[in-house]
Amino acid sequence: MRLNCPLCGDRDLREFTYYGASVYADRPEGGWSEAWDDLLHLRDNPAGETNDLWYHELGCSAWIEVSRNTVTHAISDTRLLAERKPAAKGAKA
Amino acid sequence: MRYSGLSVLKEGLFGNKGWKPVWREPEPKAEYDIIIIGGGGHGLATAYYLAKNHGLTNIAVLEKGYLGSGNVGRNTTIVRANYFLPGNSEFYSHSLKLWEGLERDLNYNVMHSQRGIINLFHSDGQRDAFARRGNAMVNQGDDAELLDREGVRRLVPYLDFEQTRFPIYGGLYHRRGGTARHDAVAWGFARGADQRGVDLIQNCEVTGIDIVDGRVTGVQTTRGAIRAKKVGIIAAGRSGQVAAMAGMRLPIESHILQAYVTEGLKPVIDHVVTYGMGHFYISQSDKGGLVFGGDLDFYASYAARGNLPMLEHVMEAGMTLMPMIGKAKILRTWGGIVDMTPDGSPIIDKTDVGGLYIDCGWNYGGFKATPASGWCMAHLIATGEPHEVARRFRLDRFRTGHLLDEEGTGSQHNLH
Repeated sequence: MRLNCPLCGDRDLREFTYYGASVYADRPEGGWSEAWDDLLHLRDNPAGETNDLWYHELGCSAWIEVSRNTVTHAISDTRLLAERKPAAKGAKA
Repeated sequence: MRYSGLSVLKEGLFGNKGWKPVWREPEPKAEYDIIIIGGGGHGLATAYYLAKNHGLTNIAVLEKGYLGSGNVGRNTTIVRANYFLPGNSEFYSHSLKLWEGLERDLNYNVMHSQRGIINLFHSDGQRDAFARRGNAMVNQGDDAELLDREGVRRLVPYLDFEQTRFPIYGGLYHRRGGTARHDAVAWGFARGADQRGVDLIQNCEVTGIDIVDGRVTGVQTTRGAIRAKKVGIIAAGRSGQVAAMAGMRLPIESHILQAYVTEGLKPVIDHVVTYGMGHFYISQSDKGGLVFGGDLDFYASYAARGNLPMLEHVMEAGMTLMPMIGKAKILRTWGGIVDMTPDGSPIIDKTDVGGLYIDCGWNYGGFKATPASGWCMAHLIATGEPHEVARRFRLDRFRTGHLLDEEGTGSQHNLH
């Protein structure tokens, strides 16, 4: 499996670190609340299409959102986290 | 029919014509007292202990494929009780004791083999950590011995002790640990449950969970609606999808864990050897295949196969630890879908829906837990109260902070 880094191009999977669903980047405001339980622990965990958060640790250090299918491992799209689709932003993981 | 040495001899003499199907194939009834969603090891064990320990037999186990078609047949068959934390320690200790009497109890040969597990360590710090774990195991009433390098060498002389990256300092030896035949465990529990009157219904996928006024009333399935007073979700690998039918969102991310087996070889590895620093562990099956594995592929997945980078990593670790296996040919590789929780420990608890219970989140370690998971889930469903040894496996412990983080790696699902 290879991931297309928007900055470096097609790279080996082993250069990337996985951080789960990309809503992990949407940190709640303030101290402990149920929203933190949601962020840290609970997952939609879909069998199918998902948007993931990957970090190009052994490359350019970019945070990347990857549209991927968890059943087929097919990757449909990648983009910098900063440029992610508005629909994904704020949606539940 | 009861199995015995005599029955095997008799059938052998008369052409093995007298063996009967091991369980019935009943049509689902319109209503049961208890429905178990999931006919894997844990679901079948739960049904068995509901019948045996609590006298409840108006039960159906609903399985979307065939019995034991999930993780109970996709693991590396290791059975152990070497946990450290209170909450885990007493549970796995209970499980190992059940394993030790399981074949007699089930009248079924699950090929439980207490060949001993050796966890290798490679530094002074790791030796201290393993000594502490061993003391916790002994305090729990189980067995553990700390071996120095020569002690390990006497047991497993074929390891490369002087490897440059992680030279072997010694090992923690757990003699009562070992392996079992994984399919036979599912079949043994299925047979025992069936003999006590439990209906095992295969090719019956649950498509909905009926809830009225906050109480479960039954399930919708591909073979029609079935009413029930109580429902247990025991569907590890697909826990999230089943729980979503009851409006629940679980603290689980599904990951892929690969395993590998070689062609059959003459007996060469007598124990289970784990090499945590290299992400590698190995045993030899009774058929002779070397059965080994490593770590997760680390990204969420429902594909029952892994990717090549982890395969390569595991092979490298295996070659570092025991160069002698280098000429063995890999016969098969496969992946299991594991429920990873944020602390690496499982969940056996009631839910916010009345009469609905859940057993999930087994991470890497569901196989060895099979008897105790069934025992404790049966206790919970029958009495409504958690069993004493599973009382910390709460569904709400992440929100309340009562974590059971055995590895101390924090709230990230794929790090346990």
